[in-house]
Amino acid sequence: MLAKRIIPCLDVKNGRNVRGVRFSADLDAGDPVELAARYDREGADELVFYDITASSDGRAIVMDLVRQVSEQVFIPLTVGGGIRTFEDVRAILKGGADKVSINSAHVHTPEIINQSAESFGSQCIVGAIDALRRPVAEGEKPSWEIYINGGRTATGIDALEWVEELVARGAGELVLNSIDADGTKAGYDLELNREVAHRVEVPIVASGGAGNMEHIYEVLTAGEASAALAASIFHFEQHSIPEVKEFLAKRGVVVRL
Amino acid sequence: MRNLREGGWVELIHREIDAGKPFLGICVGLQLMFAASEEMGQHEGLGLLPGRCLRFPRSERVPQIGWNQINIKRQTPLLAGVPENSFFYFVHSYYVVADSDSDCIATTDYGIDYLSIAGRDGVYGVQFHPEKSQDHGLRLLKNFAEMS
Repeated sequence: MLAKRIIPCLDVKNGRNVRGVRFSADLDAGDPVELAARYDREGADELVFYDITASSDGRAIVMDLVRQVSEQVFIPLTVGGGIRTFEDVRAILKGGADKVSINSAHVHTPEIINQSAESFGSQCIVGAIDALRRPVAEGEKPSWEIYINGGRTATGIDALEWVEELVARGAGELVLNSIDADGTKAGYDLELNREVAHRVEVPIVASGGAGNMEHIYEVLTAGEASAALAASIFHFEQHSIPEVKEFLAKRGVVVRL
Repeated sequence: MRNLREGGWVELIHREIDAGKPFLGICVGLQLMFAASEEMGQHEGLGLLPGRCLRFPRSERVPQIGWNQINIKRQTPLLAGVPENSFFYFVHSYYVVADSDSDCIATTDYGIDYLSIAGRDGVYGVQFHPEKSQDHGLRLLKNFAEMS
């Protein structure tokens, strides 16, 4: 059976891995190449490099990291952060990444998804969104708004409608990052993941809010996500990947041990 | 397939296989080995093995992305040292149906039991990405390299 995936995310700023709390990067969490090698040994199912500087200098640093990591790590690597154009997508895939995670750019120029999927295949085009809950009256259906530019700019776009648009344009997978939950360690936004999972056919990767192993279990079961992305829970060795996977396996979740 | 044909690769592949060179198709490479494919409309395949390509049923998330296991149906040198139920990394929306059971080396369960490794006389295809499948994937590639 297909295993649920555990994906450590490395937020890279100026060549170092940093931890994000509610979208502001601060604590230094080590050398990304060393961390990537450790996660690979421990059984991470994929790795995500998120370039939070997102300048051309930052991009060059991240691509150099991907090159170094891909020489010793044989699991899929995704690169995200600051992708603006189709040329960025091409350069990242050519540089050795297996997937590209596109966020703000698909709001500005949705055609970037079509063009990338047609040229390279849907399997390597990940549609990522940063979603913030809208206040709703009791009894009303929950709703989320898409934010761009690292969670700073509201777009007025409804997240549940936009994910369908992304998939229709060719995104082969979605990453749902909850701004409410990001860095809080209070758990993923289960409802967001579940609502999106019911709307689209592609796999969902949950992101933002993992504070303990129970949270990961919840989002892979009740949240109906195919994969759980986490950062600080792993970087600071609060839990190791094998520990999380054994916990999940004991609770009946199929994982690759 | 059009790129292969326009680049003159189709004749070359057939010629090298006829000359006895081992062949390994990966992911869409496996799908192209079979005669006809449904992906992006009907395309003629390489016709190395008889069969066809179908889209996964709606009951599962498509594409299938992630690590899934192989159930070995018959042993081959390609799988030397690769245990039953090993995990490999898959990314695909279409799967192969072989006309002949004897061409099926391993299957994988994703809503349906489908062919994940095919092979006959030194011509092999794998639906997963061995180059992204850690130790088992590297072992499989090493086995293949040693056939040449």
